[in-house]
Amino acid sequence: MLLQIHEPGQTPDPHEQDRGIAVGIDLGTTNSVVALAREGKPEVLRDARGEAIVPSLAAYLPGEEDPIVGVMARRVFLDEPEAVVSSVKRLMGRGVEDLKALGGALPYTLAADQPGGMVRLAVGGRVLTPVEVSADILRAMKARAEIATGRRVDRAVITVPAYFDDAARTATRDAARLAGLEVLRLVNEPTAAALAYGLDQGAEGLYAVYDLGGGTFDVSILRLQKGVFQVLATGGDAALGGDDFDHAIADHFLAGRSDIGSAAAQQALATARLAKECLTTQDAGSWWIDVGAERIACALDRPTLEQLIRPLVQRTLEIAQSVIADARLELDEIKGVVLVGGSTRVPLVRRSVEALFGRPPLSDIDPDLVVAMGAALQAEALTVGSDTLLLDVLPLSLGIETMGGLVEKVVERNTPIPVARAQEFTTFQDGQTAMAIHVVQGERETVDGNRSLARFVLSGIPPMVAGAARIAVTFAVDADGLLTVSAREATTGVAAETVVKPSYGLDPDQMAAMLRDSLEHAREDMQRRLLIESRVEAQRVLNALMAALAADRALLSAAEAAVLEAAAAQVTVALGGSDRDRITLAVEDLERASATFAQRRMDAAFNAALSGRRLDAVAETLGAAAPSGIRDPAASPAAPA
Amino acid sequence: MEQLADNRSPPAWEGRATGGGTAASSPCWSCRGPVGDADYAFCSTCGAVQPPLPITHFQRLGLASGFQIPRDQLDAAYFDQARRLHPDRFATRTPRERQFSQAQAVSLNEAYETLKDPLRCALYLLTLAGRSSIAQERTIRDPTLLMEAMEAREALEEATDLAAVEALAARQRADRDSCLASLQQLFDAGDLDGAEAVTLRLTYLAKLGEDIRLRRMRLAMSA
Repeated sequence: MLLQIHEPGQTPDPHEQDRGIAVGIDLGTTNSVVALAREGKPEVLRDARGEAIVPSLAAYLPGEEDPIVGVMARRVFLDEPEAVVSSVKRLMGRGVEDLKALGGALPYTLAADQPGGMVRLAVGGRVLTPVEVSADILRAMKARAEIATGRRVDRAVITVPAYFDDAARTATRDAARLAGLEVLRLVNEPTAAALAYGLDQGAEGLYAVYDLGGGTFDVSILRLQKGVFQVLATGGDAALGGDDFDHAIADHFLAGRSDIGSAAAQQALATARLAKECLTTQDAGSWWIDVGAERIACALDRPTLEQLIRPLVQRTLEIAQSVIADARLELDEIKGVVLVGGSTRVPLVRRSVEALFGRPPLSDIDPDLVVAMGAALQAEALTVGSDTLLLDVLPLSLGIETMGGLVEKVVERNTPIPVARAQEFTTFQDGQTAMAIHVVQGERETVDGNRSLARFVLSGIPPMVAGAARIAVTFAVDADGLLTVSAREATTGVAAETVVKPSYGLDPDQMAAMLRDSLEHAREDMQRRLLIESRVEAQRVLNALMAALAADRALLSAAEAAVLEAAAAQVTVALGGSDRDRITLAVEDLERASATFAQRRMDAAFNAALSGRRLDAVAETLGAAAPSGIRDPAASPAAPA
Repeated sequence: MEQLADNRSPPAWEGRATGGGTAASSPCWSCRGPVGDADYAFCSTCGAVQPPLPITHFQRLGLASGFQIPRDQLDAAYFDQARRLHPDRFATRTPRERQFSQAQAVSLNEAYETLKDPLRCALYLLTLAGRSSIAQERTIRDPTLLMEAMEAREALEEATDLAAVEALAARQRADRDSCLASLQQLFDAGDLDGAEAVTLRLTYLAKLGEDIRLRRMRLAMSA
């Protein structure tokens, strides 16, 4: 038979065609965009009318099962504003008290019953979490991509604000899972934008990305060098964006009125947004808002607008300066600044950024589309391969609560991810078998000033005298910026169990229930996922054996090699079909058949190592496990267990 | 007593290996044969990514051991390794390969962050040489250094305008640079006692630099 051998790491998936495609999605506060990259060329996927932007709005009409997302939801808004959820991204991973802190008339109706954790919205006669609303928007993006490409879409790179904390990132990932999308990676929005720019322009050097979106502000400093996008520092405000401009304008329009319901507040905001957009090109304009039966006339000119939003813009500039200081850089070392996000169209924003950096900012790529394009490039890089590399950082320090409500930092902000840090704890009572640990994220010195991420209870600590137990708790942040915690008692090696109670997330039971209810996770879908996983594993086993045969075939008789090759052929045949059990069984058979071969290879390596060294070196290598009988290096040793 | 460091726990110097062992004794998890020693991260036969070995930060980056590796050299080595080991390279691979690549990337980042920072690099070199106590040292015992630290703190407290703070910053930078230059010589000469003393002074200067930075920010904000 003819055996195919691939370069390690370059194995083409024979079923790549069966798989869905991987897209990049910019899930924005105000607008969302989906894009697909082919051979390094990102393309925004549009609807039949050529529209690239999907407003991040979901309308839930009473009695209707499916929500209405996007432009159509905007129409629903005109008649039934209370049935429409807007700016849901601001609520991801947020609790009720966070919402109150946003202040002003809220364009959301909160559910009467708030069980704690993430906020619940009452809309169209149902109670929804922000995760479910975001999932509905993501479903619409997925559907759009499937219509535009005629292919199934099952994987995505989804962008998040660089300054999103762990709770908001987790909520985003959960929303994607609910929408039936496997998240290849959560990529920070400024990093995605830099990727789109860097590849397009072949830029090198130090760049700043100023990303002012609908609800979030990020600034990242990156070093671009030969296809490596290294984030040096990032910062921002997860609750500062164009929405706040709208709020400032709306407050101006409604000056002094306190009789505003959520419907009128929504309308005032929509009018404010319209006014802001008009004043990007015009000098003045006038609009009206209906409050009940009353119609309020509103006029605004550009100097007044700029006066209203100047404090907000000033705050973004201060953040940008502190991020540059965090990167240990001076302003004049920055070679270029890239503008991202629809709110950078506001003339005052452009002028201010240009004044700060002393150079005109780059905005050749549409600031509304550039993030999705970068995400699409990364989706292609992750699935097809690429020479580019994104090296990102942790945006906010991680810490734990210590005595007196103080915070001890475990991982500092701007540390490159993935990262893992261990911290040791001890007991303060004799025989103590459990302890509670509170994980927070932020830069303040007190717990109150930071975001609460989760509370862990470590149990199963062996009873010892106070202070004797040494519990090493490892905080690991993966390349998505997501935290996991594990714990181990260091003297006994006993793994302490961690029971996680996310402060603002959905607990695993809630998530499981939602997944059950979700149509995307029908049996068929689950089966396909499992099939793909078993194929990837089978291909790995096959590749490993082929490489081993290529290296050490001499260790087998012709008959033995034939048996192995026959078993390998069975795997190859099984891989040609779609029967998961058959693939798994064939792989198990192959693993069994190759056990002797593996043992011989180890023995051969052992003998080779032994004959090449002096006796004392051998004893040292074997360490404590060395059989005491070894005296003569020339004698054939027993194989190590 | 002067507090030297905010970090109250000893830093984790070593990348922790999640398994494996020496090349000769532990089989590759994937092809189950010898891993070989051609590469620290991949099986020499089947190319599968391995769990990180407990090697030094220098070995992990493929660099010769030493103080203050030129930044471009360090970056080039880091990028080369990151290109091969970053989890993005394993996004569509088996869960175990993803897990090992993450562990490798964690160790690699730890190595890079340690060697990039002169103070951390000096502490690491001393730890490698068996002088780990300095990393835990939290107070200044040397009376000369203590006096210097107290005077600097007083001067910083009395500096009420930006110009005064800038003058202190310039002095701190000059002191730091001379520390780095002498550390370079001491490490090259293998004078560990000398290196330990200068590293202690560098630790204090780093803390002072941070205090100056905060002071300057506060003054700039109130201006």
